[in-house]
Amino acid sequence: MTNSEKNRLKDKAFQVFGIFCTFIGLVVLAIFLIDIVIEGVGRIDWDFMTSLPSRRAARAGILTAWAGTLWILVLSALIAFPLGIAAGIYLEEYAKKTKLSDFLEINIANLAGVPSIIYGLLGLELFVRFMHLGPVLLVGALTLSLLILPIVIVTTREAIKAVPRTIRDGSFALGASKWQTVWNQVLPASFGGILTGVILALSRAVGEAAPLIVIGALAYVPFVPKSPMDEFTVLPIQIFNWTSRPQAAFLTNAAAAIIVLLLITFLLNGIAVYLRHRQQKKIKW
Amino acid sequence: MRVQEKIIEGLLWLSAAITILVTASIIWVLLSESIQFFSEVSIVRFLTEKEWTPLFADKKFGIMPLVAGTFLTTAIAIAVALPIGLTIAIYLNEYAHARFKTIIKPLLEVLATIPTVVYGFFALTVVTPFLQSFIPGLAGFNALSAGIVMGVMIIPMISSLSEDAISAVPRSLREAAYGMGSTRLQTAFGVMVPAASSGILVSVILAISRAVGETMIVAIAAGQQPRLTLNPLVPIETITTYIVQVSMGDVPHGSLEYRTIFAAGMTLFVFTFLLNNLSFWIKKKYQEKYD
Repeated sequence: MTNSEKNRLKDKAFQVFGIFCTFIGLVVLAIFLIDIVIEGVGRIDWDFMTSLPSRRAARAGILTAWAGTLWILVLSALIAFPLGIAAGIYLEEYAKKTKLSDFLEINIANLAGVPSIIYGLLGLELFVRFMHLGPVLLVGALTLSLLILPIVIVTTREAIKAVPRTIRDGSFALGASKWQTVWNQVLPASFGGILTGVILALSRAVGEAAPLIVIGALAYVPFVPKSPMDEFTVLPIQIFNWTSRPQAAFLTNAAAAIIVLLLITFLLNGIAVYLRHRQQKKIKW
Repeated sequence: MRVQEKIIEGLLWLSAAITILVTASIIWVLLSESIQFFSEVSIVRFLTEKEWTPLFADKKFGIMPLVAGTFLTTAIAIAVALPIGLTIAIYLNEYAHARFKTIIKPLLEVLATIPTVVYGFFALTVVTPFLQSFIPGLAGFNALSAGIVMGVMIIPMISSLSEDAISAVPRSLREAAYGMGSTRLQTAFGVMVPAASSGILVSVILAISRAVGETMIVAIAAGQQPRLTLNPLVPIETITTYIVQVSMGDVPHGSLEYRTIFAAGMTLFVFTFLLNNLSFWIKKKYQEKYD
């Protein structure tokens, strides 16, 4: 075999290996989803969705868990959405290139890399102990809002950056002020992109268990939270709790709860992908 | 009008400034509790003792077993994710059709959107029993299966960041390599990967940082037994798992046991902070190499 033939063979071999690697992750994902569905789908029924948690696996349901997850979703959106967008607008439209804005930027990048469990420690000390709020929904939502804030800020900036300079210049030329330009031109033009980012961030928040466990969210809550000041549990914590038990029946419950959690996560991601797609189709500068 | 503009700008500035407040609060919380911890337990004991048993009657406060557990699961995760992720990046860039790439990239991203508690369930109920079928000594909780699953989770992180780095290499370099008669493989490993090495390194460092801070997978599947070992077959405990373990129990606020989670958290924070800033530094330093 000549050298060039050997090289061509190696090239082909790597191509096969490349295809193998590309699909192995997806195959694992598929095996995993199929396994979960087989294990858990039989357990999902109306009773499972509307029952309170119980010591007996067959009677336990996820009502409090998914209600808590929805509460967290809405509250986190209400907190992180305005805050993150405002910060993003400031950094992209107002901030001058100074030492301070450089510092802000590197600080946000650093916050994005802080492990979620550290945010749990922050929430525990700051909101639960220092402000005496207790391990309630509001604290969980505040903690997760801080966790996703860097993601919201970064995606807001990217969406705003995509709006061409000419739009702003046109608005200024018509006599609009800075804020009028931002509010009437830049934000509407970038809103699809911002929304996509916020929804992706929220889907991350919905899947988090560790920070909420650290602030003291309970595994067993025998009631549906009625206000942001009520104690709560969420789906990931319920899944963690059931997974940690030795009895097989609880693992089946966990698999069923995972299906519900994945449906919520995939739904949020689906909406985000759809919005991004529509945005790309609609706007051509 | 003028005043209103100023007020709005002030509010926007305040929102941005909150992020600094968040960082300051994190550091304050970790430091204040850690300082109280270290006033009772010397930092020398913390760094040199070989056991971590703060919840037992005979208390030992050596962080090394938790660090070893964290290191072990992270190393396994990277050993899985780096070769696969980098191969995917090279394959998508040098071999695959553009259409294939646009379909496969979002699919791979799905791996990163799945909640980690779900990965933990997978590690415990599927991967561990599977591995036990041919590794006889494998315990029910172990670093191996948690690490492998964590590796699968971070594949898209390495593949997409590395792919960005490789596709940022100027076309002329690739064309020069082909012009010299190189195969795609030779072009990839002889020219593209070396040229994109800083970007690839950044992706690996960020992946390590992510794996070090990962909590639910290891809390579910790797065990809760702090152990100074590099044996992937036995139960261990990571820094993050310890924090979860204490949070689930009812350790009284203000006790020494309560403060251990902040000392552990501080250790974790220092690790990830150093890794993240190392990656920023590399990115900044090598960013304009080809401009």
